[in-house]
Amino acid sequence: MSGADPIRLYRTVRLIRRFEERAIELVRSGHIVGGIHPYLGQEGIAAGVCAALRPDDVVAGTHRGHGHVLAKGADPARMMAELCGRVTGLNRGRGGSMHAADFAAGVLGANAIVGAGGAIVTGAVWARRRRGEDLVGVSFLGDGAVNEGMLLEAFNLAALWRVPVLFVCENNGYATTMPVADAVAGSISARAEAFGIRASTVDGQDPAAVHASTAAALARMRADGGPEFLEARTYRFDAHHTFEHAVRLDYRSPAEVAQGRSRDPVQIAGSRLPAAERAAIDADVEAVLEAAVADALAAAEPDPATALEYLYASGLTARTGGG
Amino acid sequence: MPRLSYRKALNRALADELARDEEVFLLGEDIQVAASAVTAGLLKRFGPERVRDTPLSEQAFTSFATGAALVGARPVVEFQIPALLFLVFEQIVNHAHKFPLMTGGQCAVPVTYLVPGSGSRTGWAGQHSDHPYSLFAHAGVTTVVPATPADAYGLLVSAIRCDDPVVVFAPAAATELRADVSDPVPVPLGRGRVHRSGDDVTVVAVGHLVHDALAVADELAGEVSVEVFDPRTLYPFDWDGLLGSVARTGRLVVVDDSNRSCGIAGEIIATVVEQVRLHAPPRRVTRPDGAVLPFAPALDRAVQPGRELLRHAIAHVSKDG
Repeated sequence: MSGADPIRLYRTVRLIRRFEERAIELVRSGHIVGGIHPYLGQEGIAAGVCAALRPDDVVAGTHRGHGHVLAKGADPARMMAELCGRVTGLNRGRGGSMHAADFAAGVLGANAIVGAGGAIVTGAVWARRRRGEDLVGVSFLGDGAVNEGMLLEAFNLAALWRVPVLFVCENNGYATTMPVADAVAGSISARAEAFGIRASTVDGQDPAAVHASTAAALARMRADGGPEFLEARTYRFDAHHTFEHAVRLDYRSPAEVAQGRSRDPVQIAGSRLPAAERAAIDADVEAVLEAAVADALAAAEPDPATALEYLYASGLTARTGGG
Repeated sequence: MPRLSYRKALNRALADELARDEEVFLLGEDIQVAASAVTAGLLKRFGPERVRDTPLSEQAFTSFATGAALVGARPVVEFQIPALLFLVFEQIVNHAHKFPLMTGGQCAVPVTYLVPGSGSRTGWAGQHSDHPYSLFAHAGVTTVVPATPADAYGLLVSAIRCDDPVVVFAPAAATELRADVSDPVPVPLGRGRVHRSGDDVTVVAVGHLVHDALAVADELAGEVSVEVFDPRTLYPFDWDGLLGSVARTGRLVVVDDSNRSCGIAGEIIATVVEQVRLHAPPRRVTRPDGAVLPFAPALDRAVQPGRELLRHAIAHVSKDG
């Protein structure tokens, strides 16, 4: 198995990092309403996993989902426009941060409900494989999701029915503010192993390591069909949600945050490139995001008269709210 | 003409759609042995890939169906017990129903949820006897409650072909019915049916209660001319069909196996009185508020909408005004 292209890995983590930082600026300026769940610090996981996927593979993300959507190949400009609620957004301004989806890129959607993506991606992969396609799927989930019964049911279905889904647990240590030690009896990987699902653990701060673990798992999955589980140990550099920028919640010590931030996936991936190459990628990413923000802010907001559009795929028209 | 049972009609609809479209498959508990009868013979004909028995994991297999539908499959999910819909309300309403809008039209979720035995099944008591169709109408999920074998066939076929999620409630009190149906055909969603024409009162009856309404209308034939309107689909509702009937009769009674508060009967009455000046205040016959069906048969019957209350309501709206 050949290693991932270090240039690609660096570019992806840098893109996600700067995307999130620009998005936080737009939250502060009021251009993004409702806030976001920043992926800062966890970029190496989405970058490493998605670098091992094929374009026809599918992923389901989480509420902290920007990194998954971008790493799987969505256009950053359309993603930024979506966060800003514009008609040019991936979801035409109907989804926002927690529902960003790009079916053409194999992104079945970020998802606001913890643990919900596992069964959805299992069903999607099963249905396409029934047609003879040999794709695999990835369900990203957080450490909080391993306590959701629906996800454990999905492990069971994927294992029983030999559906090749890689369940990637981004263990950032906290379910919102609850530490893993207070929330998870037993161990996270043992949850998967109980269903006969092979589980491995990787340093989520190193995108090359994540890529290598993912590629190894996917090779086994494509050969024998069953699911696998990958726990990526990581640290969330910023808030659970940007509301924490205004309301300080006391659950992580400054020393712990400093320690967590000391292992930065952007620095780890960047240190593997010559300085000039890294600078060129940085400049390119800046240009891409500058254009993305400018395009998003210049794009039209949806017409309120279209608020019920896309509610029914069948063409059914809903009654309006009255008067 | 051949006699078609309600259950056989559902079975035939499933078989016909499985045969017609490779993307249709069935998912549910004990469906390979056809514990609820509607999947009888389908395993042998279509195989275990398309007639899939599931572990007792309602939330996961409901969302598994959503995932399959997102990439073009047309799953039919059977729930043996109506209360299981409470367990998967999130998966249906918050996921299957919301995906098309939330993604800006990138996808469709054509899943059919089939409950082949909804409402009271005498003796099944508190947790197996609910009739939660109004919840799905409230959520804006297409909801059908066929009253007859022909409609059971026709509405299930249309549900499977619909590009949106559809919940099909087959009332336990109707599933023993048989009717003369030689060549059942699809029945359009959202179209009601006048089972019996009348001039004095429109009775809207849902599901199995259509047959109670028809029986009462027969009994009262000498005194009151009752029109029996079966909406068949509760959401989207055939407002034009109902308003046409009420515009003629000017009187309205609704008989509905929902709990009273926020049940579909309340919505039907509200919509009618927003648009039609009735001769008398309308009435509804429903389960009580917060109904829990007690076990003992007499108690079970006591909380279901019945013929006596319906006669009373018809008499009431007939004399007012």
